[in-house]
Amino acid sequence: MKMQSSSRYAEIKTSTSGYWSILVALTLIALIGFASAHHMDTEGHHITGMTNQVVWGLPHVFAIFLIVAASGALNLASIASVFDKQDYKPLARFSAVLSIALLVGGLAILLLDLGRPDRLIVAMTYYNFKSIFAWNIILYTGFIVIVLAYLWLMMERRMHRWSKPAGLLAFAWRLILTTGTGSIFGFLVAREAYDSALLAPMFIVMSFAFGLAVFILLLMLSFRLDRRELDDSHLQRLRKLLGLFTAAVLYFVIVFHLTKLYGTQNHDFERFILLEGGIYTLLFWLIQIGLGNLLPLALVYAPGLQHSRPALVAASLLVILGAFAQLYIIIVGGQAFPLNIFPGYIVESSFFDGVVNEYAPSLWEFLLGIGGVTSAILIALLGIRVLPIMPESLPEETP
Amino acid sequence: MIVPGVMLYQTGQASSRSSGQPRWGLLIDTNALNESDVDACVRACQREHGWNSVPDSKTDAQWIRKVKLTDPESGHERFLPMMCQHCEDPPCVDVCPTGASFKRQDGIVLVNKHTCIGCRYCMMACPYKARSFIHEVLKDQLAVAPRGKGTVESCTLCVHRIDRDGANALPACAEAVNQEGRKTIWFGDLNDPQSEISQRLKALGALKLRADMGLNPGIRYQGL
Repeated sequence: MKMQSSSRYAEIKTSTSGYWSILVALTLIALIGFASAHHMDTEGHHITGMTNQVVWGLPHVFAIFLIVAASGALNLASIASVFDKQDYKPLARFSAVLSIALLVGGLAILLLDLGRPDRLIVAMTYYNFKSIFAWNIILYTGFIVIVLAYLWLMMERRMHRWSKPAGLLAFAWRLILTTGTGSIFGFLVAREAYDSALLAPMFIVMSFAFGLAVFILLLMLSFRLDRRELDDSHLQRLRKLLGLFTAAVLYFVIVFHLTKLYGTQNHDFERFILLEGGIYTLLFWLIQIGLGNLLPLALVYAPGLQHSRPALVAASLLVILGAFAQLYIIIVGGQAFPLNIFPGYIVESSFFDGVVNEYAPSLWEFLLGIGGVTSAILIALLGIRVLPIMPESLPEETP
Repeated sequence: MIVPGVMLYQTGQASSRSSGQPRWGLLIDTNALNESDVDACVRACQREHGWNSVPDSKTDAQWIRKVKLTDPESGHERFLPMMCQHCEDPPCVDVCPTGASFKRQDGIVLVNKHTCIGCRYCMMACPYKARSFIHEVLKDQLAVAPRGKGTVESCTLCVHRIDRDGANALPACAEAVNQEGRKTIWFGDLNDPQSEISQRLKALGALKLRADMGLNPGIRYQGL
């Protein structure tokens, strides 16, 4: 315990070709993403798969994933600072850096997908305080400022005693932030797929799982790149947390659909997602539930795999895969299902009333999304290169 | 409502009624409209505002559209024009982060093209699918309808005509189908009990689409 709290930190001093080739590859992909966004901006959104029916698409799936994972990635720092778990202390700095990196990546996608990204200054100066979107602009920028301050307080020895209250503020802020992200959808009363207070807490639990999965992968990657010691005991804790959070996500998904299934007015929507929705039904059962929830749970809890690092990596990757499926179903599937403006009638129009809306993402929006993800990883990898973020080693704990 | 007769807050209509503000609305008699009438509404709006929609385009704007309703039991069909319903409590205005979606004092819901950032949250929130996003570069816009790539737009209730002619104005869609001796769309002040539209609403009643949401749209439909 004593040794843990006085961990020494150091920049990733890698001169291996591995680190640099990863960095170059990430930079290239990020640049392609930005070029793609520029193309969307000049040509207009008709080159994407997004339409007047499915107005939010793949960029929003990527962006919401990163924003949700960002707040979740801060969890490890919160566990250390707020809940005083000394075992997590050595991971707190990276937890803060990763959360900022993921949020910046997500916000970049959201901004670049706007019809008028050049009007960022308008978004920052005109506020409609009844809009949860307007609140989110404040919550997201505030999050970056608070977590940067928190990181500095953790790193500056003389200011150390302030890191606990800062950690508490950051923890409260991130809970409000994810509530805001979930409420973007939860407040949409007109659409059957949304309109639920459950979306806010569900997004918080999703953030726990998604953020931790990204954290585990990047922690293992950077320790491996720099050949630092990462003892199994540290991974064991993260493994158990991942299992717990994944089970909690599954619980919320079950309650969400059971509640919708109870009311007859939502039966058509539930039949769409759970039974007859084609790609959405497939994504739900196979990717989200099967590969994204059940298989990671098996990999985490199977007795023979308790100490298997490949199993932990696989579980984390599967949780992320399931996360994308889940967000795709929420964001795109929710819009694909037609609005019920004229209950009881068969509806037809030139504007695709009454039909399931199709969405086929184009390469451009995919590249923008991937560009945001790689930007986030790039920021995190650069952060641990230039600042003493990562512990020099995470040896076996002395009880 | 807390208990019968005691409201937690009074809705805007009551307050604007007392302040003497007009609230512009339309009353659409779907019994009198046939398919070609509704087509005429759409064409008139396109001419008036300079928008066009290629058939089956998923990205072209449609300020007004023809909706065909079929009763699955009887097979009865009817056609109606569908556009921005100019809600008293518009969800698009609630969700707009910059306040670009706004409602005028006279009840007309518009988009300020100078502060719209193109986030499309209003399109997610609108229960009527009334809004369109401009997916490509536009040319030769009309002076009465400033439009541009990357922003959202919808029916303006022909606000330029209303600002010019007041209660005597007639939106282009109504003008296209109302003939001497055969009126199918009424325009007027819903706040003025003496107006023709209010009198007709009082006498014959009408439906508000998605009335369950309590948005109190300014467009009313008869015969549904």
